[in-house]
This record gives sequence, structure tokens and C-alpha cells, in this order.
Amino acid sequence: MKILVPVKRVIDANIRVRVKADKTGVETTNVKMAMNPFCEIAVEEALRLKEKGDAEEVIIFSAGPEKSLETIRAGLAMGADRGVHINTDATLEPLAIAKMIRAIAEKEGADLVILGKQSIDDDNNQTGQMLAAVMQRPLGSYISKIEKNEAGFAITREIDAGLEMLQIASPAVVTTDLRLNEPRYASLPNIMKAKRKPVEVSTPEELGVEVSNRIEVIQVNEPPAREAGIMVADASELVEKLKNEAKVI
Amino acid sequence: MSTLVIAEHDKSDLLPATLNTVTAAVQVGGDVHVLVAGQDCSAIADAASKIAGVSRVLVCDSVTHAQDITENMAALIQSRSGDYTHVMAPASTFGKALIPYAAALCDVQAISDISAVVDSHTFVRPIYAGNALATVRSSDSLKMITVRTTAFDLAECGDGRAEIENIEDVNATDSVQFVGQALSPSERPELTSAKVVVSGGRGMQNGENFVMLEQLADTLGGAVGASRAAVDAGFVPNDYQVGQTGKVVAPDLYLAVGISGAIQHLAGMKDSKVIVAINNDEEAPIFQVTDYGWNEDLFKAVPALQAELEKE
Repeated sequence: MKILVPVKRVIDANIRVRVKADKTGVETTNVKMAMNPFCEIAVEEALRLKEKGDAEEVIIFSAGPEKSLETIRAGLAMGADRGVHINTDATLEPLAIAKMIRAIAEKEGADLVILGKQSIDDDNNQTGQMLAAVMQRPLGSYISKIEKNEAGFAITREIDAGLEMLQIASPAVVTTDLRLNEPRYASLPNIMKAKRKPVEVSTPEELGVEVSNRIEVIQVNEPPAREAGIMVADASELVEKLKNEAKVI
Repeated sequence: MSTLVIAEHDKSDLLPATLNTVTAAVQVGGDVHVLVAGQDCSAIADAASKIAGVSRVLVCDSVTHAQDITENMAALIQSRSGDYTHVMAPASTFGKALIPYAAALCDVQAISDISAVVDSHTFVRPIYAGNALATVRSSDSLKMITVRTTAFDLAECGDGRAEIENIEDVNATDSVQFVGQALSPSERPELTSAKVVVSGGRGMQNGENFVMLEQLADTLGGAVGASRAAVDAGFVPNDYQVGQTGKVVAPDLYLAVGISGAIQHLAGMKDSKVIVAINNDEEAPIFQVTDYGWNEDLFKAVPALQAELEKE
């Protein structure tokens, strides 16, 4: 089995983002970037399937500017075999990214594509579902467990009401939720080794994917700030405030 | 202009998230129709027909929709999409999986988790865990949208008289098979629509200690939630999680117990009307967003609060 793992370079999860003064977006200059945390979970799961003997090869995919190569290398340092970088400075929307992933998944003959369920920058939560739709492959969204079996994959999904178990055919597309695994850290020797692993470079044009934008960002604003309130000393003061001041109980 | 709202239900009742979504659809303008798909779902369709502002309910009563399978629901939406300018569903796990899938079938770029309608093609949506609000305009002729339910009021339910139209099913996928569910049974209100939410974090130390919060929630008529840390530690199931990638709640009262206030947790609750935090760390970031903070050991504070509430 061959596994394709698309990953995204985002502002590090621990950085507090700032809206730009001109309201065109958030400040990304001189800001620490990292692999999207849900994508790390996706890479980890692919590596575990390989280590169990269920997969032979794990390929990391990323679309974006030159710097996206760093994120691909981060996946290779975790243990993936090789990378594919779609080099473009264009603003990419999930539908266009899904079409690029489709092109690579078809070319590589990937049996399973594992994606993070959501990136923590745009919070779209779309690419995996769109990929399944454009490839007409079964979707397992928000998974917390996956096992390969003869019929394909047995998966457990995290849904609002609890957990759901599905059996999906292979080849398939799945998206990772938080409880799927805890990603490993790359060791120094593996970081060095990753530098020599092959990364194929392509462009949206070479893949025949149009990247014109359907969504225009008109403005990005700070959310209304919440003011810190007061501290209470004991239960009776809290209950009194909630009753008579806030009037919520 | 016309909007198709995808009803979310639990096989017996229409979920309130559908009513929030109808309110967003009414704000877009034009006709509002509701699609109910399920098996033996006529009571749910009846309930949908009584929502104020809805003029028609499309019902697909079929064994294909006995379970919520994204592929089957998306195919049904695609078969009807030619009649609409907008398709909207709640930004629940149901809608978040469904809408992007259906949008890709229709070659449309979906718009996730809108918190305001500016006009029929312009919307506001939170990005970066709600640390920024983006105003976005879609150039697609069909807009496919998920709606942040806490940002829209519940539509009135009871007086509406929408006509009900039965519609044909489309082919079902055979590559996805439903195996089973493990749902968390609860007598308490549903987390995303509860008026009061009592949430616990890592400070709760274990799952057994959540009983204290359950008692508090029952006294206040509320639901119990948790931070990601508490879910990751296995104290409570995944469906308790409030945050950027879990559930978004905005109750009248949010009580955070033993929760430090990570950005991703605040993203899921900072639109609550009144926020109270109990934490033994006076530097905890949660206190920056609370209306009432109580710097105390939760194992002393929670029983004291319970006793105070029971005095009434």
C-alpha cells in the first residue's frame, strides 16, 4: 500500500497571531511557521501503518511557496520516504488544493490519502472532504482509529454525539482528529537524513489545475475584545453576582 | 434567490442547530426551503414545516438515509442544487463533513463556519481560532455554506406552515458501510445549545472528579463540557470537547473549572454571555476573558459553590 499525506505550512500553533494594520490579513513576516498540527497526526498515522507492515511507502505532499519545502522536510524527518512539492505563490483555496492532490494521488497510485481534518490558520475543514468528492473515493472524516483489513479500512470517527464506526473500501481518503495518535518528534540523525530524501517539484500549471480564486477576502479584523472582569472571594459573592448583576441564574 | 437548508436530526427529533441555520438563511433573503433526509422521518419533516420563514420542506424518506453517510447526502444535495443559489448546513460534524463534499461535487468553493451574513454573497467567518474575523465574498453562482450556530438566534418554531414535498432518492454508495455508533447517553441539555455549560480541564485530575461538575450542571440545568487537555487525558469522551476544533458554545453562563485557557479552548467559548473561571493559578490566561474569576482550589470551590446554590 502506498500512502499520500498532504501537509500544510502554517503559523506555529503557539504563536499569538496579529491582524495587520491594513486589515488585509494577519502578520506572517518574521513569524515562526510549522507543520499544521493535524497534518503531523496524519504523517504519524501513515508512518505507523508502514511500521506495522500495512504500507510500503509514505509520500509527503505540500502546495505553496518555496518555503513549503521545509514542511515537507519536516515530514521526511519524521520518517516519510519522499516528497512532492507543488511550487506556487498563488493564494490556494481548498478546492484547487484538492484537485492538485488528486493529480498526484492518481499519478502515484496512492491507496490511501491521510489529511489533517483542519488547518489552524484558515480553519476551513474542507480539503479532505473535497478530495474524496473529486476523486470519487470513500471518505472517512475525523477519524480517531484506522485499521486495514481485507475489505479496505475499518475506521472510527469522532462525531458530535460520540463515536461512529464505518467500513470503507480501498482506495480511500481519511482526515485525522486529535485522538488518532500523538506524533513523534524527529531525531537529529533523521533530520539530517531527510535532507537527502528526494522531493519532486511541480506546478499547478503542470498538473493542469486552475488556481483562480472563488473567494475574495475583503477585510480581516480583530474580534471584539472581551474585557477582564472582577475577581470574587467566595461562593456567596459569586452566586450573588451571577444572580443580581449578570442575571444568568 | 433561494436557500436550501440541510436539516440536522438525531433520527427522532430535529436538532436546534437547524433553527439557527434557518435564521442565517432568512438573513440571506429569498425563499428558504429545508431538506430532511432520513428513514421514517415524517415527524421530523412535520417539525421542519412549522419553522417560521420556511416555505417548503423537501423530504427524502429512504433506507439510504437510515444512517448519515456523507456520500449519500451530498449526492442528494447535488441532485437538487440547480434550484438554489445557497445551500446551508450547521457547522457541526454533520455539516462540516457534508458541505465541502457536496460543494466539490458541484465544483463550488465552500464557505466554512460563517458568523454573520453581510449580503447574499458576502459573509464573516472566524479564522485563526477566532483571533481574526475575515469578511469574504464568494463569486460562485451557488454558495455552499456551514453556519456557526451560536452566532444566529433560533428561528421561531410552531406557527410556520411550509408545504411538504416528497423527493426521490439518488443512488447510494456501496463503498461506505455503517458499522455502529458509541454515543454518550445524557439526560442533560445538548452542549452546543445549553443555556449553562460547566466545563472541566486538566485540573480535574481524573474522570471521577467530573461527577462534581455533573452535579453543578444539574443544579444549574446545564450541560457538561471539557477542555482538549481533559479529553486527551481520557477523563471524558471526545464529544465533551469545547474549542477551535471541537464544539463551539455560547451559553448565557460558561463556568470553566480547572481550565488554564489555551487559545484553542477560548476559540470555542469566548462568545459566551457570562464567563466564570475557577482556577488555583492566578496567572491562568482564562482570567483575561472572565467576567468573574475565582482564584481558589477547585476541590474547595466547587463543593462550596454547590452548597451555596443548594441553599436556595
